[in-house]
Amino acid sequence: MPLDTAAIRRQFPIFREEHPPIYLDSAAMGQKPANVIDAMDTYYRLAASNVHRGMYALADEATNRYEASRETVRAFIAAKHRDEIVFTKGATESINLVAKTWGKANLKKGDGVVLSILEHHSNIVPWLQLKEEIGISLRWIDMEEDGSLRMADIDAALKDGKAKLVSVTGLSNVLGTLPPLSDIIERAHRAHALTLIDASQLIAHRPIDVTELNCDFLAFSGHKLFGPTGIGVLYARSPLLSKIPPFLGGGGMVQRVTREEFLPADPPAKFEAGTPPIAEAIGLKAAIEWFTQYPWKDIEAHEHALLAHAIEKLKAIPSLRILGPASADEVAGCVSFTIEGVHPHDLTDILGRQGICLRAGHHCAQPLHERLDIGASTRLSVSLYNTPEEIDRCAEEIRRAIAKLKK
Amino acid sequence: MDLYAESILDHAHHPLCKGPMKHPTVSHEETNASCGDSLELRLLIKGKRINDIRWEGEGCAISQAAMSMFAGHLKGMTTEEAAHLPPRSVFDLLKVSIGPRRTKCALLCLHALKNALRKLNGEPAQSWTETIGN
Ligand SMILES: Cc1ncc(COP(=O)(O)O)c(C=O)c1O
Repeated sequence: MPLDTAAIRRQFPIFREEHPPIYLDSAAMGQKPANVIDAMDTYYRLAASNVHRGMYALADEATNRYEASRETVRAFIAAKHRDEIVFTKGATESINLVAKTWGKANLKKGDGVVLSILEHHSNIVPWLQLKEEIGISLRWIDMEEDGSLRMADIDAALKDGKAKLVSVTGLSNVLGTLPPLSDIIERAHRAHALTLIDASQLIAHRPIDVTELNCDFLAFSGHKLFGPTGIGVLYARSPLLSKIPPFLGGGGMVQRVTREEFLPADPPAKFEAGTPPIAEAIGLKAAIEWFTQYPWKDIEAHEHALLAHAIEKLKAIPSLRILGPASADEVAGCVSFTIEGVHPHDLTDILGRQGICLRAGHHCAQPLHERLDIGASTRLSVSLYNTPEEIDRCAEEIRRAIAKLKK
Repeated sequence: MDLYAESILDHAHHPLCKGPMKHPTVSHEETNASCGDSLELRLLIKGKRINDIRWEGEGCAISQAAMSMFAGHLKGMTTEEAAHLPPRSVFDLLKVSIGPRRTKCALLCLHALKNALRKLNGEPAQSWTETIGN
């Protein structure tokens, strides 16, 4: 059934404003439906208390809500066990957690970590840090001109058996391309390497089943899924987490502390030191509940139609070049482009003055931009609340901006 | 006034003082990593004055227009005066209001100048915070 965009938009306070923005930057941050805001508001108004501590009803309530969110996340990504779900500050922290705990404990000089050229800085820098600290080597999977990964590069990277991890994005935050995850994970496992999927973008555009994917780690942020900022998830296949040393030290992550030593708690608490983002976990649960009202096939069909429309409109603009496959069948979520003689920041500044929100820059993917031989690009991203009319208006204003800037 | 006023676009399309210089006293490049803008400044210093100035660069209209306007402004100035120019001096040339989003675009020319002069004096480069803050 086609999505009822008008009904969807009414659930977002921002789109109920008299002059709502034309928001085409959901790849950076999803807008928030009212139920997410209300859930967090209710916690702060009526149930604020810390988790796993107090002996009173209010504290039970907070703990229950926090743990209920873990269960909702578990079901959403089809993990087997609730304790495979660690709450973090965001995808960035999730990936750093893996690098700084599993990585430091398991990687030694000369070991390899395999990354794709599509990666976001948050799935590059933690590994570069280990390169500096331990002397691991980064092995890169290059892409074809259409943005698809060169599978031969994966095999080459895995051949000598020194690669211990393959860490790739599930959906490029620039090109919108979707690497073949199952195939990559299988190849990695055959070479006895673990796998980490950066699902930051994928999470809001495709259903994810970690059990079927058989990945070892998976990371995402709540805010791209219409949840709040300040919360993210690290999924780790059990029993991996019990073998990994703890991350941050503090309250909540220990069973016992003496003056000499500490005994870490079991996962996931072991990785959740300090007061966790409780309101944010509650908000994330509400966001997932909001999302799952709609069948994935309807969301996918809606976004496919939007992207097909956007690609068609953009292609018709002279001197505009779409990066990647330029086909809605091969991308999800976003499409990026450059315009000869027009800098992305000038373009998006002018569009921004019309209330049209597009993102310009390198989108935290500098190696990819270097590979494409460009300094910056403009990204148009879509979500289930966008409409074809918004795309039309945007394309029209892009034409106007070009006329103005090139005059 | 419109950020993309005629005057700014004119400079962006037909920049002044852009090009090579045979024997600069000092040359220095600054880039704005967040957007890929870059400016390389070449100064010919004679008797403590900026006798000639050339630059190369690419980037957004604001960074390029600001550099073009600023170059003309610098010619003949003493290095001492130039080293003390505040951000205001660039904003006044642009004559449009520059919001926080574009401050670094507008001031890339000033940042390049400051660090070119520091290089000339054998001093370490200054940070963006210093360039924007004074
Ligand atoms: C592919 C990808 N990975 C990682 C991140 C980092 O997410 P966060 O900044 O929420 O930690 C992003 C967000 O921009 C992303 O698009």
